[in-house]
Amino acid sequence: MSQSTAIRRPATPPLRLGTLANDATVRSVFYQAVTFVCVVGLIWYLVSNTIANMATRGMSAGFDFLDVSAGFNIAFTLIPYREGDSYLRVFQVGIANTLLVAAIGVVFASILGLVVGLGRLSTNWLIRTLARWYVEILRNTPLLLQIIAWYFGVFNLLPLPRASVDLGGVMYLNNRGAYFPAPVPGEGFGLVLLALVAALIGAVLLHLWARQRFRATGRPFPSVLVGIALVLVAPTLVYLLLGAPLTWDWPVLRGFNFQGGFSVPPAFCALVVALSIYTSCFIAEIVRAGIQSVGHGQTEAARALGVKPSRTMRFIILPQAMRVIIPPLISQYLNLTKNSSLAIAIGFPDLVSVWMNTSLNQSGRAIPIVAMTMGFYCVVSLAVSFVLNSYNRRILLRER
Amino acid sequence: MKFGVSLLMAAATMFGVVATASAQQTLQQVRQRGSLNCQVGLPTPGFYALAANGTWSGMDVDVCRAVAAAIFDDPSKVQYQSVTSAVRFTSLANGESDMLSRTTTWTAVRDGQLGLEFAGVNFYDGQGFVVPRASNITSARQLDGATICVLTGTTTELNLADYFRANNMRFTAVTNENVNVLVETYLGGGCDAYTNDKSGLAARRSAFPTPNDHIILPETISKEPLGPVVRHGDNNWGDIVRWVLYGMIEAEEMGVTSANVTQMLQSPNPGIKRLLGVEGNVGQGMGLPADFMVRVLRHIGNYGETYERNVGANTPIGIPRERSLNALWTNGGILYAMPFR
Repeated sequence: MSQSTAIRRPATPPLRLGTLANDATVRSVFYQAVTFVCVVGLIWYLVSNTIANMATRGMSAGFDFLDVSAGFNIAFTLIPYREGDSYLRVFQVGIANTLLVAAIGVVFASILGLVVGLGRLSTNWLIRTLARWYVEILRNTPLLLQIIAWYFGVFNLLPLPRASVDLGGVMYLNNRGAYFPAPVPGEGFGLVLLALVAALIGAVLLHLWARQRFRATGRPFPSVLVGIALVLVAPTLVYLLLGAPLTWDWPVLRGFNFQGGFSVPPAFCALVVALSIYTSCFIAEIVRAGIQSVGHGQTEAARALGVKPSRTMRFIILPQAMRVIIPPLISQYLNLTKNSSLAIAIGFPDLVSVWMNTSLNQSGRAIPIVAMTMGFYCVVSLAVSFVLNSYNRRILLRER
Repeated sequence: MKFGVSLLMAAATMFGVVATASAQQTLQQVRQRGSLNCQVGLPTPGFYALAANGTWSGMDVDVCRAVAAAIFDDPSKVQYQSVTSAVRFTSLANGESDMLSRTTTWTAVRDGQLGLEFAGVNFYDGQGFVVPRASNITSARQLDGATICVLTGTTTELNLADYFRANNMRFTAVTNENVNVLVETYLGGGCDAYTNDKSGLAARRSAFPTPNDHIILPETISKEPLGPVVRHGDNNWGDIVRWVLYGMIEAEEMGVTSANVTQMLQSPNPGIKRLLGVEGNVGQGMGLPADFMVRVLRHIGNYGETYERNVGANTPIGIPRERSLNALWTNGGILYAMPFR
């Protein structure tokens, strides 16, 4: 209604309050101003009320505690940390640990999810049924329960260090964690990495060139295979020419436990396994739904034209399925990242455990610590969804 | 879980109406409510033990009961709040608990920065280690490279790091906020040693399937004065908790027990007369009746009685009191009540 009044408005309207109140632009500006004032007022009220309440209770506020030495040990740190380091460092350690769990979890969950999702569509009855039961059982039990079950039921029941499980003399498993040899780069190893980067760039360029040529002439080129070979061969050649400048720091059983090498605690293993498996169920269903969303007629049409089944999947079904798969997949990756905060139940030092629990309690600064934690999860979630949303926009159906 | 609790507490601080008016009136609130909200920890033998029928008992629970007895003449008027150590101070600061009595160490930062007030010491403790007897470890100095189970958010966690740093030794921590998870991990071989205050170790060990297979190492690596805590800002409430505790220690020094407190009302000793409110009026300034210590002693007994009943040599926990820090100052310990006058 307001729209039509605005259009039929006379050229020089008499300046009356009633007319102004009926003007769409004026009204919308007015309501936006009111909303703005309300939001700012609410924030101001919350901040000032918090400060007043904390002052009343004699609680310290502010971020000055970040420079103070934390003084506690952290069981597993990806980045260097010593007891004398500051709370800010603890925050960074927590972030690094959370991101590590999330990154590894996302990779495993995607691989498992893809395999199980394809298994759900298999023509083989056994594979199809197994995949279905895998999804139905694991998706319908609480994640916290699964994490605790993996921790107490599997990784905590591994043998003591003296009786460690020896996996080919390379990796050792006991109830204190998993122990791997750690690479120690020698002189000139940077060149090997350089060769690897160069090979990667080369492979990408090759792939782009092959795609362009395929579009122009229709002649295919096995760019993926050649690319993989390039990435594998070039750095290996450089590595051998330089006389293998890489040594390994092997874990050795000394005293209470294995010393040296790289190790992860049982809580880490339990967390990554539980998160990957739980999330893979949802990813499997997303993959299955995505593939089924592509009309069967397309497969039949491709077959009628004599396209090989593998090419049908790669060039016809998957590109269309991805449009359906990507948006819910983003949510699953974010869920996994946020679910990693359940680490607190089994004592893995992720951000929530080390920052919102230990640091909060040792320093007593609840408000700044809770705010920083929420800020981190918010930033990560928004960043991941931004990246994947831009990818999604790129592969969207182009409507012309 | 913890995320939710912390969030709730942050939200309470943000949205809660300014609480100035109530800060000075904890006693009045407790009287109106008809019960004392006393915070204890997850059940631990000897200090805050939970029986199968749902009743709490222990050294620290007796402090709660004594304060309730002083106010209501009824030690059962206590609502116990069992909270993990990680959220204990937030829970107290937000007014959910009136006081906490749960083997909490008195430190400068807690006293000065967390809005807390320590009302005294009811147990002088120190941190130690428990190890399996079969490990043949006899000293904490042999723990270099060990994996150690430790409760997170405690002074124990900080002392442990300090001790290993000071002695140039390395360790791997297995942390959790739930003491039961840690004990399970230790008993399952998930760590080489479990560290806590020695009283706590003795209490825990008494509940192990085979207590004799585990030994407490001789070293004491820290000072742990444990006592009840109240919020900053209500000095009167702090006085009540402090003087109920001192009164129990004073009573032991004067030989007043739960058994003889009625006869002692006739005692000619002026010190006893003041303690029991026959002479003078110690309780008045705190808003308590003159005979508040008679109530406490009749229901709970003096310090020595609660010690022997809960953690003494004749209990499964068996922490001998003789020649320990927790003996009265007249018996070579450091337990010393300020003058009751």
